[in-house]
Amino acid sequence: MNNAVVLAAEEFVLDTGNTAWILTSATLVLMMTVPALAFFYGGLVRAKSVLNMMMLSFGVAAVVGIVWVLWGFSMAFGSDVGGIIGKPGEYFALHNIEGMDGFLGGVPGYVFVGFQATFAIITVALISGSLADRVRFGPWLAFVALWATLVYFPLCHWVWGGGFLGGAWFLEDSLPAPIDFAGGTVVHINAGMAGLVLAIIIGKRKGFGKEPMRPHNVPFVMLGAALLWIGWFGFNAGSAGAADAVAGLAWVNTTVATCGAMLGWVLTERIKDGKPTSVGAASGVVGGLVAITPAAATVSPLGAIILGFIAGILCALAVSLKYKLGYDDSLDVVGVHLVGGLTGTVLIGFLSVDSGLLYGHGGKQLVTQIIAALIAVAYSGVVTAILGLLVKVTIGWRVTEAQEVAGIDLAEHGETAYETTGSGRSVAGI
Amino acid sequence: MKLVTAIIQPHRLDAVKTALEAAGARGMTVSEVSGYGRQKGHTEVYRGAEYTVDLLPKVKIEAVVDDAVAPLAVDAIVGAARTDRIGDGKVWVVPVEELVRVRTGDRGAAAL
Repeated sequence: MNNAVVLAAEEFVLDTGNTAWILTSATLVLMMTVPALAFFYGGLVRAKSVLNMMMLSFGVAAVVGIVWVLWGFSMAFGSDVGGIIGKPGEYFALHNIEGMDGFLGGVPGYVFVGFQATFAIITVALISGSLADRVRFGPWLAFVALWATLVYFPLCHWVWGGGFLGGAWFLEDSLPAPIDFAGGTVVHINAGMAGLVLAIIIGKRKGFGKEPMRPHNVPFVMLGAALLWIGWFGFNAGSAGAADAVAGLAWVNTTVATCGAMLGWVLTERIKDGKPTSVGAASGVVGGLVAITPAAATVSPLGAIILGFIAGILCALAVSLKYKLGYDDSLDVVGVHLVGGLTGTVLIGFLSVDSGLLYGHGGKQLVTQIIAALIAVAYSGVVTAILGLLVKVTIGWRVTEAQEVAGIDLAEHGETAYETTGSGRSVAGI
Repeated sequence: MKLVTAIIQPHRLDAVKTALEAAGARGMTVSEVSGYGRQKGHTEVYRGAEYTVDLLPKVKIEAVVDDAVAPLAVDAIVGAARTDRIGDGKVWVVPVEELVRVRTGDRGAAAL
């Protein structure tokens, strides 16, 4: 144990139970990006782009991990400036981080920094699903640093860092504060909207809607979805900030909502397309996890089942929209994260035990939830558009058409994932 | 000598192999192939996107046999491969001009 940390913060009393749980949760949430999301997305693309797809997630972990420690944490959780942003230099490179000891009860500042770092990483990584198979690695990393700084950190501050959608709720005279337990607005609406805007700015994959682009490794998709489910306990139950009954409720709700969503999705498929598919079950799992995220400690277990079931159906219907509307959100970041995030965020207005319409508390919470969701949609949409266009006109997003057809793994990384015949290679230099 | 070539359902491979051996074939080459005949393919749906799979997995067996063995081999294959469902495959026979065993240089029927 670091005595200097304890001495620096006089009144801080370490709670080993809470601290152990938050450290565990942080580890689980990192697993959601590497490897869970990398496998989930990697399995959904074609064999010629699986390495690039996985590298997009790994690249996010590397860049956001560093940016978070340097200035991201300060922007999100530093002293509030006008409800808009935290002081960017306050904990630069985590100096003076002892000042955050006890922000979560009995939990050291470093532990909280680590926990929240993993949220920043997964949020940015989620976006990568909308731009599969066609985006250069370098411009992606540049965008990641910019987007985290100008979109994620401010939004995180607004909701969780004491900003105008959370602690300093700007409509407190007329409406109750928004409820976003673990990231419906900050993480999922935010990433989903960014995915939609980038898919439009970057453009379709060559052959989108004409050539088959079926998932090349469905077991990877199942593996990734299952690891996401497990990791999500850190995300939702960890967001209780303590090892307590709230965490327990969030754990149970996270599970039953996910069960409901999986059933909702495959039932929709069974009626619409004929079979309950593995990809559908995996997608339903993720849709349910997304939807319960903002509501995990707010609804009852029965409410969570209903919420998950509705989200599963809506997400299953939403993933076909891209073909009708003509944008290539390759792996359905919009259909799963934007739609799932909106569903969970809005349904809180009905299903919140303490403030929901169905529990006789009137519609004020519902109005609040819609306002918070729209603000997240608008902010993420506008700033992502600016950053996406900036990258487009300066360094450019895409590999050449020939490279895209031959496979982005080879073009961007000089590798191929699979060897099918074992011949055709010889050692050129070791 | 004849070259007997058969395209069969993958799950009938073991039965066909056993039957071919019993009919007098001393060796064979087996490959995993894909293709379609009159039965065409099937459809798969991933997240609402429907794909037609035209080329279905099949197994190809090739065996060079004596002229006298060829009709027995064909009957053996057909008997073992048939499931009476569409997609059971085809068998055909073509004459072989020359055959050489690489290790010894034996030619013709001696190389069988």
